[in-house]
Amino acid sequence: MSTVAEKIIFSAPSCLLQNTFHFCPGCHHGLVHRLAGEAIDEFKLADKAIGVIGVGCGVFLYDYLAVDCCEAPHGRAPAVASGLKRANPESFVFTYQGDGDLAAIGTSEIIHTANRQENITVIFVNNSVYGMTGGQMAPTTLPGQKTTTTPLGRKPAGDGYPMRMAELIGSLQGTAYSARVSCHDLKHIRSARKAMKRAFQAQVENRGFAMIELLSACPTNWRMTPQQSLARMAGEMLTAFPLGVYKDF
Amino acid sequence: MKGSVALAQGAIDAGCRFYFGYPITPQNDIPEYLSAALPAVGGTFIQAESELASINMVLGAAAAGKMAMTSSSGPGISLMQEGLSYLAGSELPALVVNITRSGPGLGGISPTQGDYLQATRGGGHGDYRLIVLGPNSVQEMYDLAGEAFRLAFKYRNPAMILGDAILGQMKEPVVLKPTQAPPAETAWALSGAMNRQPRLVKSLYLKDGEMTVHNWKLDEKYRQLKETEVLVETDCPPGCKLAVVAFGSCSRIVRSAVDQARRIGLPVGLVRPISLYPFPEQAVREAAVNAGNTLVIEMNTGQMVDDVRLACNGESHVFFKGYPGGHIPTPEDILAEIENILNRGGLKACQL
Amino acid sequence: MARVTINEERCKGCGYCIDVCAKENLYIDQGRQNRSGYNVATFNPDQDCNGCALCAETCPDVALEVYR
Repeated sequence: MSTVAEKIIFSAPSCLLQNTFHFCPGCHHGLVHRLAGEAIDEFKLADKAIGVIGVGCGVFLYDYLAVDCCEAPHGRAPAVASGLKRANPESFVFTYQGDGDLAAIGTSEIIHTANRQENITVIFVNNSVYGMTGGQMAPTTLPGQKTTTTPLGRKPAGDGYPMRMAELIGSLQGTAYSARVSCHDLKHIRSARKAMKRAFQAQVENRGFAMIELLSACPTNWRMTPQQSLARMAGEMLTAFPLGVYKDF
Repeated sequence: MKGSVALAQGAIDAGCRFYFGYPITPQNDIPEYLSAALPAVGGTFIQAESELASINMVLGAAAAGKMAMTSSSGPGISLMQEGLSYLAGSELPALVVNITRSGPGLGGISPTQGDYLQATRGGGHGDYRLIVLGPNSVQEMYDLAGEAFRLAFKYRNPAMILGDAILGQMKEPVVLKPTQAPPAETAWALSGAMNRQPRLVKSLYLKDGEMTVHNWKLDEKYRQLKETEVLVETDCPPGCKLAVVAFGSCSRIVRSAVDQARRIGLPVGLVRPISLYPFPEQAVREAAVNAGNTLVIEMNTGQMVDDVRLACNGESHVFFKGYPGGHIPTPEDILAEIENILNRGGLKACQL
Repeated sequence: MARVTINEERCKGCGYCIDVCAKENLYIDQGRQNRSGYNVATFNPDQDCNGCALCAETCPDVALEVYR
């Protein structure tokens, strides 16, 4: 089947380990790991990158990316990353956080870390639900969305509206880069890859705080098939969470 | 030199270059001093948005293998318990200073020793302990800062200095003796996987049996601490009939009371635990059993007295007198307690 | 002709690769499961693959490699 001239067109980034992802079918965490890995390869950061991992489905990042890693308490990854980067300015420090971690319990840390212009990169996976704990309401859960703690659907009065973190962080003077992208189709995956590289570039060039918010599917906790999940993302997720670059250096 | 400043300078002289903290009375002299002193030596000072952030910045700098510290008081220390548990679970060294407040809740800012149990029992969730040192002079505020870092790095475990407003605010002469110990072995620190395998700092253990192994590993460190790192000051002359046990600022007042008692011929000794964890069980037990009677004085409703009773294991009459809520006893108050016990021949008059 | 290799142990059978393949070269083999119990995506080498790699770019489990 193969010819002498055969070339590899697509392969995994070199810093991605062989371990099979523990994520559910159709979940985009693996894709986000890949995009992060591609950015690490692109900027040749494998020997200076330190991942600070929040609590959630992404907590096993160290099983998948061959870089130094540090676990952080739930929501505190930006503070841990601040300490690491200040202590080791030559390293490349990124956090990997979900919506519960970053937009609920860690709201204070993310805002003040951005405000201090900490030179770190934040990878924020927004799938509008708590994954690891089993599908409870997240701060990014859409109005009407049923979760295990909003059995009748989220009601903005009392339960709150979805938090738009890319806009919020983008509005801060200290932020160098803030963007929201989506993983639901190829066109958007490609712009997500560009945005990921931009968020990495910000730190490489010492521009200050950078955050990329990636809309992602959680078919398991949305009680949907992977295909239904992509359709939901293209529809109500994009409506609730407008894509865009909210701050750029 | 003021106690808080001595402690801060002691940390710098030991090699600490990272401070992360949030203002709270009565410990603000520490961050205020370090906000100027650390940058002057190329260090980093961050006033964080909360104690939660402070302790986690400490965790980050510690994960990089650096000497990092924070300081706070009562409510702030409570907020840091999550981070302290993670530091211990992740086996990271750090110094946390608690210049205590009195009472639960917002309490008051006057000196007490009400955080003894929180400090010596770990304080946060899970099966761990902090290394806890209790200075009683400005010189010790300076010296024990360095000692706390030495122990923290040797055992890869967070250390706490437990002081109060008396120690923080009083001024005494201090002999500065910068140690600048060579950095401890940090083959675990994160710096990027340059020419080596990636490293991982973590406290999550989900695989079958590995949490048990990890907990016993931590326990072995605590056993070694008890064996080799106990700090205690004992002054119990032969014929001593009452051993008084006190720590921290309170022990200074007790010292005066014991001296007064001896001047009027009372056979009294003093035991001062300096390391509160590891607790000097052996020294306390020997003094208490030899004397037959033991009086524990604390500025709380009775916390270290538990450790004294455990050390004595029923072989000494243990009396307790507490001064909670910021009420500072005078030497005369304590002398009266001593006389009360000895004149009754060891009756359990004021036993708790 | 190009070809796609699938690391079957990484594949979870979500079908995203199948949805993006204009040549309909990929399918879920309902008769075959990997060690995790997922019916895995399978490449049909008899079809005309142009090596566009959309399947691999879309795969959330980074299970596909494309050669041309």
